[in-house]
Amino acid sequence: MSALLEVRDLFKTYGSGETATRVLRGLSLRLEAGEMAALLGPSGAGKSTLLTILGTLMKPTSGSYEMLGVDMISADDRALTDFRNAHIGFVFQFHNLLPDFTALENVIFPVAVREGRETPAARARSRDLLVRMGLADRIDFPTASLSGGQKQRVAVARALMNGPELVLADEPTGNLDRASAMQVMDLIGEINRKEGTTFLISTHDEKIAASCRRQIEVGDGMVTG
Amino acid sequence: MLYALKIATRYLTANKAQTALLITGVAVGVFIFIFMSALIGGLAEFILSRTVGDLSHITIEAEDSDPAVLIAPEGHVLAITERGRTRTATVAEAETLLPLIEAVAGVRAVSPQITGAGFLTRGAQVSQVSVTGVEPGRESAILDLDGYMVEGSARLGSGLIVLGSDLADDLGLSPGQTVRLQSSDGVTALLTLTGVFETGNGAMDGTRAFVSLPVARTLFAMPQGVTQIEIKLNDLNAADATALRIRALTGLEAVPWTDGAEQLMEALNAQAQTGYFLKSFALVTIVIGVASALMLSTYRRRPEIGIMRAMGAGRNFIIFVFVAQGALIGLMGGLTGAGLGYLALLPFPSRDAFQPGTLPMDITQGSYGLAVMLTVMGAVLASILPARAASRVDPVTAIGQ
Ligand SMILES: Nc1ncnc2c1ncn2[C@@H]1O[C@H](COP(=O)(O)OP(=O)(O)OP(=O)(O)O)[C@@H](O)[C@H]1O
Ligand SMILES: [Mg+2]
Repeated sequence: MSALLEVRDLFKTYGSGETATRVLRGLSLRLEAGEMAALLGPSGAGKSTLLTILGTLMKPTSGSYEMLGVDMISADDRALTDFRNAHIGFVFQFHNLLPDFTALENVIFPVAVREGRETPAARARSRDLLVRMGLADRIDFPTASLSGGQKQRVAVARALMNGPELVLADEPTGNLDRASAMQVMDLIGEINRKEGTTFLISTHDEKIAASCRRQIEVGDGMVTG
Repeated sequence: MLYALKIATRYLTANKAQTALLITGVAVGVFIFIFMSALIGGLAEFILSRTVGDLSHITIEAEDSDPAVLIAPEGHVLAITERGRTRTATVAEAETLLPLIEAVAGVRAVSPQITGAGFLTRGAQVSQVSVTGVEPGRESAILDLDGYMVEGSARLGSGLIVLGSDLADDLGLSPGQTVRLQSSDGVTALLTLTGVFETGNGAMDGTRAFVSLPVARTLFAMPQGVTQIEIKLNDLNAADATALRIRALTGLEAVPWTDGAEQLMEALNAQAQTGYFLKSFALVTIVIGVASALMLSTYRRRPEIGIMRAMGAGRNFIIFVFVAQGALIGLMGGLTGAGLGYLALLPFPSRDAFQPGTLPMDITQGSYGLAVMLTVMGAVLASILPARAASRVDPVTAIGQ
């Protein structure tokens, strides 16, 4: 396996002065291509913070971050936007989908926004992905009418749309029941095995964590295990 | 950017009631804009046609020749002829000048005239009259005599006269009957009434008589030349510029109708200013309405904006989504307002048929295109601030909400 990304000595402090919250304190982490890793740690440990930094949505206070040989710290907003679009997929716990769009329209977004339109090829691919997620009968449903588990599966399909190297998932099953949660995790595991997509999934759920091949524990602003 | 347009359209259709309300608001603003344009334009048209419509737009009057001064060899002034006693001044070269003036761009009609005063006598009835001699065939060049005829015809010729209705009534005259006209130069002629006109203007209907130019030559002892040349233009607003051109061309004192009409012009100007003010107000209302609605939408859609940014939508894409919403609202509100404005103006009489006592709305002066264009521009302008705010949404805090 080769390094997909590497962060070193990450520091992240929210706010300043009296109210400063030092969340990350010298965190270093290396993810190999094709890994399936769970991100664990108590509430407030900084899991979400780390995922947003890895997702290039936020810059660390200090530290280095390199992914696919590109320096993510010095890149500007435009470069990061394009990089995210091509190489990183996201699944969040809440506010995942565009509510006024159908499942297919949500899944197609990452390609359409790059191409400037919904190409037939992109339509075909998003259809495929939704079928693989077991949503064949929900393709043209407005996402507002989907169940929580269905929504998360749409989100996973969308995260995969551009064939990214890395998918970051922040408590993707946080508000799903066990059956739905395991269904989503099975689909993620299948994609990981078949396509070698790297997943980093934050969770509080031991069972979910156990279904991943690697567990990364965050505590005191650092990786503790 | 086609894709951003799709997103913008979806955002607008997702909340139909709100969008409909917004478009209605914009349409009302546009409606007011168009209504004001038609009213101010129609009012100006109406006032001008009432006051200037029957007048000459440019008049060339004979200049009194400089007072002749008789000076003795030693330098003493011996005598000065008093000016203006009798009007002997003429536009002598009228015949040669007419084709020249007619060729000036924007000139619709030219009427060489001899004017003077006199008395009409029929039996014991005597009426003062102001006589205008016009060329046969050009009777309606300046005043639409044909259009104002209530009896007989406006055709002038040897031994014929056309009178205002009040004058004809005073003298108890009807077409075919004769009347004696004595000019201020003491010449008397027996003339047959061919027609009676009624303009609605008391001074005109009560004192004006029209005769042919040859008849006027005899009456006022003016074998050559004319006392004035009246000129009608296609556009009465071009009078100042055209008068200058005619002056340059002929060297004659060409006076536009606006000279001496300063008060009227001021009133019309003030009226136009009021119109601009109200129209700007309508536009500002549109801009504020669109801006606040989009600002609200930006705020409401923060999480979605965050997701789009995370998925690789650039700042410009987000800006375009919101500016396109503004443009679409402006376009639809503008077209709706323009359509409603047009429909609302349809029942009003056309500008040729304005009735005193009703609003002189001129449907042709609705400035529909301008209204729609300004509205779209205003709406786009209004959307820039919300769009920029949207593009700066921090995906992290937006998604974390
Ligand atoms: N925007 C922010 N401003 C200030 N403090 C913040 C901000 N975001 C997070 N924090 C703080 O940083 C710390 C880490 O937050 P983070 O969301 O990364 O934790 P987490 O490990 O994801 O927790 P959880 O398991 O509850 O999701 C918390 O103490 C939180 O209050
Ligand atoms: Mg978290």
